[in-house]
Amino acid sequence: MIHEPRRAESHGAGGADAGRRFGDGGLNLKPSGRQHVSESLEGGSPVGEVSVADAVFSCRDVSVFYGDKQALKSVTIDVARRQVLAAIGPSGCGKSTFLRCLNRMNDTIPGARVTGTITLDGRDIYSKRQDVAQLRARIGMVFQKPNPFPKSIYDNVAYGPRIHRLARTRADLDDIVFTSLQRAGLWDEVKDRLSSLAIGLSGGQQQRLCIARALAVQPEVILMDEPCSALDPIATAHVEDLIEQLRASYAIVIVTHSMQQAARVSQRTAYFYMGQLIEVGDTDRVFTNPQHRLTEDYITGRFG
Amino acid sequence: MTRRTIRKLVNLLALGMSAVATAIGLIFLGAILWTLVKDGVAGMSAAVFTQSTPPPGSTSGGGLLNAIYGSAIMTVLGVLIGAPIGVLAGTYLAEYGRNSPLSSVIRFINDVLLSAPSIIIGLFVYELIVVPMGNFSAISGAVALAIIAMPVIVRTTEDMLNLVPQGMKDASTAMGAYPWRTITSIAYPAARSGMVTGLLLAVARISGETAPLLFTALNNQFWSTSLKAPMANLPVVIFQFALSPYDNWQQLAWAGALLITFAILVLSIMARVAVSRLGAGAGRK
Repeated sequence: MIHEPRRAESHGAGGADAGRRFGDGGLNLKPSGRQHVSESLEGGSPVGEVSVADAVFSCRDVSVFYGDKQALKSVTIDVARRQVLAAIGPSGCGKSTFLRCLNRMNDTIPGARVTGTITLDGRDIYSKRQDVAQLRARIGMVFQKPNPFPKSIYDNVAYGPRIHRLARTRADLDDIVFTSLQRAGLWDEVKDRLSSLAIGLSGGQQQRLCIARALAVQPEVILMDEPCSALDPIATAHVEDLIEQLRASYAIVIVTHSMQQAARVSQRTAYFYMGQLIEVGDTDRVFTNPQHRLTEDYITGRFG
Repeated sequence: MTRRTIRKLVNLLALGMSAVATAIGLIFLGAILWTLVKDGVAGMSAAVFTQSTPPPGSTSGGGLLNAIYGSAIMTVLGVLIGAPIGVLAGTYLAEYGRNSPLSSVIRFINDVLLSAPSIIIGLFVYELIVVPMGNFSAISGAVALAIIAMPVIVRTTEDMLNLVPQGMKDASTAMGAYPWRTITSIAYPAARSGMVTGLLLAVARISGETAPLLFTALNNQFWSTSLKAPMANLPVVIFQFALSPYDNWQQLAWAGALLITFAILVLSIMARVAVSRLGAGAGRK
């Protein structure tokens, strides 16, 4: 799987710097006593395995500016096919900004500017010839707050297929709606009230409806921006099971504030801090053997 | 006196003043409505709906048929001209040009227009249409009413579209919908009830306007359906007849005033019913 395991440079002096920054009084004590590959914030390239063999997205040196403020600093990372990549990090670390780069949702924010290259299946998605709407149709997105349209359950799921003319006949459309709701694990709960308003569903059901809506356009990738933060534990478990099933057919990028969730649902984890990608690698490895001091500080709850 | 007593007294004072202010408002409203209904009903007869306005000198009979028709036709035309422009302009302000400098300018000018004296708008249309055409006309009246309706519609459309949650619009954008699709399929349905209310406010406003019609449609004593000719209308008829020395004319003015008020009431109720039905029907597939 792993192409070129990039060895991040170790910074001797940087370690003391990071120690001061996070209140170790310059003593630079490591709670685990573990030797870190890197301890610096000013590294540039992240620790861990940036590239993967079967990449859907390849991001190289991606920076995002909102006006004068740089929200993402030269991020280089691949997103693998049929795998869940979790983006973790404290609030404002750039993980959501990173997610929104992938379907060019940052374009909708006035003053936002993206530099670097991002390719989807080898083609530059920020190229001038790229039709943004067509690009977004290939990428499903699920938001933090469930945001169903003020339409019926049926019309919510049928919205994407209708605007992209994916169904030739009414029966085709019925079939897409059925399959999408089925895959989102919602069919049994809503099959008798497809024509009632989506707002009437519970929060968890609404979120699964939003997932069904995203699946209905048969995307290649699904982006999830803290999809469970507004849900209770049972609804969260539902959505996590769903992610596990969807992984067989889609690449998924999930932004989450819950490290337990990242550990449960993802195969790769990327840790962002202050707009930089600090470390990325197999989830098991990142959580059991973080190679960057900042990653360890975060996952052990020492800050963030 | 404890703090508690002071607090209660202050509360009582504030409550009392609010109640008095409300009462003063309601008393005048009640008095106006009472006079309107009393004199209006007295002036009502079948002739009001079957005959045109009486000729000068006649001291009995006559109706308002031509004025009712004229008011209806010019109000409808005014809305037909003003609403599309108003809705589209409001859409531009709320969706396409939300942060552009042009929008700030449009917004400011719209606010000025919103409170511009309607007689000025009448004069403007007089210069724009009546003078080149050479005579007063129904169509110039409709244009004047459209210009008065427009800023109301622009404002409510923009406000209502801004109330649609951004997350909903983002979801549509992320599905790969072009902005026009997001606006027509998501934002308009979500903002529909507010936009319809705005439209009705505009209708209510223009159906009672007198000043702009004095310079444009003027009045017509006879039955006329030509848009190029002067046209009778309730506000101007009320204005002229109320000032006349004839009893039957004054009675017709009262009847006309009651008719306008009643029409707006019916329209408002119908709109509310329609909006709530629409809201419930939005779920149908």
